[in-house]
Amino acid sequence: MPEPSLSPETGLFGKGVAVEDGVVEAGGQTLVFDVAPVEGDVRVEKAATKKLGLFGWLAIAWMTNVLIWAIFAPVLPIPSPTKHFLLDTNEGPSLSHLMGTDGTGQDLLARVIWGARASLVVAVSAVLFGLIFGGFFGLIAGYYRGKLDTVLVNIFNVFLAIPQLVLALALVAVFASDPAVSVGKREFWLIISIGLVSIPIIGRITRASTLAWGQREFVLASRSMGAKNGRIMRRDVLPNVLPAMFSIALLGIAVVIVLEGGLSILGVGVPPSTPSWGNLIATGRNELTKIIGASPQVIIAPSIAIFLTVLSLNYLGDVVRARFDVREAAI
Amino acid sequence: MLGRRKHVNRTIAAQPSSARLLEVSDLHTRFKTEKGMVKAVNGVSFTLDRGKTLGVVGESGSGKSVLSRTVMGLLPRRNVEREGSVQFEGREIEHLSPTAMREFWGTEMAMIFQDPMTSLNPVVKIGRQITESLRYHLDMPRDQSDATALTLMKSVGIPEPERRLNEYPHQMSGGMRQRIVIAVALACGPKLLFADEPTTALDVTVQSQILNLLAQQQRERDMAMVLVTHDLGVVAGRADDIAVMYAGQVVETAPTRTLFAQMRMPYTEGLLKSIPKLEQPSHSRLEIIGGRPPDMINPPLGCKFSPRCPYVQERCRAEQPPLIEAETPGHYFRCWFPVGTDAGREALERNLAAHVPQAEAAVSGDSVLAARIETALDVPAGASAETVPVER
Repeated sequence: MPEPSLSPETGLFGKGVAVEDGVVEAGGQTLVFDVAPVEGDVRVEKAATKKLGLFGWLAIAWMTNVLIWAIFAPVLPIPSPTKHFLLDTNEGPSLSHLMGTDGTGQDLLARVIWGARASLVVAVSAVLFGLIFGGFFGLIAGYYRGKLDTVLVNIFNVFLAIPQLVLALALVAVFASDPAVSVGKREFWLIISIGLVSIPIIGRITRASTLAWGQREFVLASRSMGAKNGRIMRRDVLPNVLPAMFSIALLGIAVVIVLEGGLSILGVGVPPSTPSWGNLIATGRNELTKIIGASPQVIIAPSIAIFLTVLSLNYLGDVVRARFDVREAAI
Repeated sequence: MLGRRKHVNRTIAAQPSSARLLEVSDLHTRFKTEKGMVKAVNGVSFTLDRGKTLGVVGESGSGKSVLSRTVMGLLPRRNVEREGSVQFEGREIEHLSPTAMREFWGTEMAMIFQDPMTSLNPVVKIGRQITESLRYHLDMPRDQSDATALTLMKSVGIPEPERRLNEYPHQMSGGMRQRIVIAVALACGPKLLFADEPTTALDVTVQSQILNLLAQQQRERDMAMVLVTHDLGVVAGRADDIAVMYAGQVVETAPTRTLFAQMRMPYTEGLLKSIPKLEQPSHSRLEIIGGRPPDMINPPLGCKFSPRCPYVQERCRAEQPPLIEAETPGHYFRCWFPVGTDAGREALERNLAAHVPQAEAAVSGDSVLAARIETALDVPAGASAETVPVER
């Protein structure tokens, strides 16, 4: 394209020059200008800030996969987790058993998939329990402040002083220690004990965030319009505090999955009749000390599942937190 | 439920029982702090008629924000002492609990805050922020409240209100957000609007737009307004009366014209002088009032302005001047040696002869000199009345 002439007589946009949508017609020549770079730039920028990155997508993919396992375990084309393939005991990964089998010939892939169910049920329920109660008390403490806050924070601190393993051991020992106890009852007490421990952690995070948001001017503005405290907490404060709670909840789920494994080794986790990632490791832990004839796949299969899940949840928790910070800075 | 109103057209139907809407007398507000009592508002009285505007002017920490929040009852109960009387439509409301005050908030009186960036909830859509109080106070069904919100947004000059209804505050500019804040405050048709420095966070061109908008809305709704600002220029053309505040007291109050024509208080004079003037050559130094506002825990014994006053005499330091009525009715001031009188002129001459730095700085307009004036009573950090806690 020839350069547009900039003669002093006419100038680029002198007489007889029509400009429309970046097309300039001058002296029989038609010049096309790129007039809309701005909008494109804006789009590029938005896309960049919204990018999750490869690891973000991998984390989401893995978590989706685990969720599908947990929800659709009964209909997936896998053998029953309790079926014993007596000819294939202690086998390494093969085409018929992708993750190998354990000492009694049970398919490890099937057990890991079913294990996702128990592990997630315990972890999600316990964190949800903590979110509901911790969130409620944290919101109340951070919003009203004063004496109520002091009392609640001190209760949180007392709860934080209880070692979670000991509390879980005690509760399960008292209420669900019978080896013949139903899986549901054992899981219930696991959820209660882990949930109780997570209340102060989530409660303190919520309280800290509420303290900051509850003193913003829009809260006072809402009050000056005659809104009641409950309404202000629900409509003005809570939506702003939720990202912080959500971020800690994701990390919390990861922690609880590992904790359930620890409790299984101590014999108070999910009963071995129902596979969970924790009790898969617990029942297979003898393989770790064998010198001859060890079948490491028994440990490795559930460990990989826990490892990837915890990694994904931590990463996603960080993503949520980072986004939350960015959004707050932009306000 | 408290605060519910069945009649939407209440404002229009309201019987003008008397012209007097708000009467504040001898109002005190004190904050308990570790260092002592902060006397943020110290015996303020004023009246406001229906549809009128009162401009409250003063520098940072003069207690003007605390005054408006005390009148509205928005201050926390904890560590705050209040005293005096606030009568709204002849009803005493000073002693009412927040629960009882909720009946007034939004429907009878509303407040616009300084910074539109923070006075809107960032995670709630504009439309819902406006309709919330309509649905809550007036029991409006959703379609009706949405329509009202659209009308409100149009009346405060928001282009494309249908689209804006579903947007979030961060998608709007500062001026636009302040318009939304005004729409929220006006939603339930309050009779009294407190505008707490509504334009401080906005640039000058937007500032005049917002002030014009407020004036227009006020006219249309016959609404009274308390316009709090630190800028005499903002209230000059817009307020019916002006109250100048210093150290928690009203130091001069008068109808706007009278105040500008015959100001008596040296502080008002200083405020007026410190407005930059267009005819000044560029790069001329801005005039300032030397020194800093007094410590509100231990205010000066005599006149609160005496440490900074160019007219200061012995009597000023020892004896607090009462609110004296000037020749024009409705004009009151606190000064022993008022500006524009012989007593004032003599006092200034005496001070100039004695090389009192405040007087020399004020007469020469030398802000470098003024800035160097050390007031004996500087404000310790955190003791200013500007820090208003938000508590319930």
